[in-house]
Amino acid sequence: MQKKLILDSDLLDITLSRLCEELIENHNTFANSVILGLQPRGIFLAELIQNKLRDLAKKEIPLGYLDATFHRDDFRRRDTPAKASETKVPFVIEGKQVILIDDVLFTGRTVRAALDAMIAFGRPEKVELLVLVDRTHTRDLPIAADYVGKHVDTLESQRVLVELVAQGHKQNRIWLVNTKD
Amino acid sequence: MSKLSQRHLLGIKNITAQDIELIFETADTFKEVINRPIKKVPSLRDVTIANIFFENSTRTRLSFELAEKRLSADVVNFSASTSSVKKGETLLDTVNNILAMKVDMVVMRHASVGAPHFLARHIKANIVNAGDGTHEHPTQALLDTYSIREKLGGVAGKKVAIIGDILHSRVALSNIFALQKLGAKVMVCGPPTLLPKFISSLGVQVELDVKKALEWCDVANVLRIQLERQQIKYFPSLREYSLYYGITKRTLDNLKKQIVIMHPGPINRGVELSSDAADSPHSIILDQVENGVAVRMAVLYLLAGAA
Repeated sequence: MQKKLILDSDLLDITLSRLCEELIENHNTFANSVILGLQPRGIFLAELIQNKLRDLAKKEIPLGYLDATFHRDDFRRRDTPAKASETKVPFVIEGKQVILIDDVLFTGRTVRAALDAMIAFGRPEKVELLVLVDRTHTRDLPIAADYVGKHVDTLESQRVLVELVAQGHKQNRIWLVNTKD
Repeated sequence: MSKLSQRHLLGIKNITAQDIELIFETADTFKEVINRPIKKVPSLRDVTIANIFFENSTRTRLSFELAEKRLSADVVNFSASTSSVKKGETLLDTVNNILAMKVDMVVMRHASVGAPHFLARHIKANIVNAGDGTHEHPTQALLDTYSIREKLGGVAGKKVAIIGDILHSRVALSNIFALQKLGAKVMVCGPPTLLPKFISSLGVQVELDVKKALEWCDVANVLRIQLERQQIKYFPSLREYSLYYGITKRTLDNLKKQIVIMHPGPINRGVELSSDAADSPHSIILDQVENGVAVRMAVLYLLAGAA
């Protein structure tokens, strides 16, 4: 199995800082903004972003976890039912500017499901999508991210592997993995 | 693995402890869903479920129907009293006719033991047993053990006394299987005439004195006297049963420790449980009802999702 390093620890830190500066530029005081991390892996990135914004903007932005499992469109089309994770939305979504965060944007189907799942909590004023890795040319749906850490050209057969310290890894590293060979 | 070992939920006897754990973990997420402002998810939107009830039920049927609707399934209801069963149709014919209308799952309650097992051999749809005679009532046992897990933080090692009419109770049998699979200690307690002859062969303790049972247990699951299933008299009078086996607030207050009171409903207030005991802080009867919807959603989701 071939692995290629896309982002190492230092580069990831720079990328996260840039993403936060972009958020600060658009959200100004964050008075009406909330962060929603997508389960299962987007929540770690969401926490990193929340921490960094605390340092850079001196703001505590409310953070929630959203699980889209029950809204997926592949239920009964796979062998085993997808396992759900915890949804925790400790604030009102109605009228908020929501920053949806996931680690990798691939087909766009998870994001579509997440938008559905989010609507069950209210009608946000605006929704934006932030991803660490945007896999280009692999989208099944017309979905694009507003904030992108890194664009990566990938094949369908490849996989993006995100290893974060928060997930129990030794250091923050993002890999591109060839699954066929 | 996030898949059940079975295609049907016929009884607790033929599922594994892992299956039960998977159902509990899935129910945790559904419990969060049913407490949202919009209590509905679209998972089962292309699934049609028939609720076929050959026996009366309010709680179980409503609970199943709510669970199905919260999962966006299409639901058809059928009760024997208003159907062609009265004209002499057989069970298999009735169900095959319903399935010919493209139904994917069947939730069935029947007065005969083994009716859902019989159906499972003959039809393709997933079957959930919602009670077959005096045999099993698996979703009730699942929601009871789930409620114990929620209240006491776990089921393993806990002492559970099932008190009342054990002989006619499918809730008792399913609960015994579920509790044993999860590692709890089980005791049954009731008048000797209402205890099945070979109950101790299931590995449960038998106690005739309700006070001793209450002293022993962490949880008391109190069952109703099922007069509708009793063709002969098993005890002299309800009043006498209530005097010897009825649980009151005073009996609970006199215990050394605080125990949890459960009841699968419907309660006969003043017979097996006095009003002040049923409404006391000991009781988690209404939590059981709430958990019932979440647990049934989990069962339906896991059965429908498996290919």
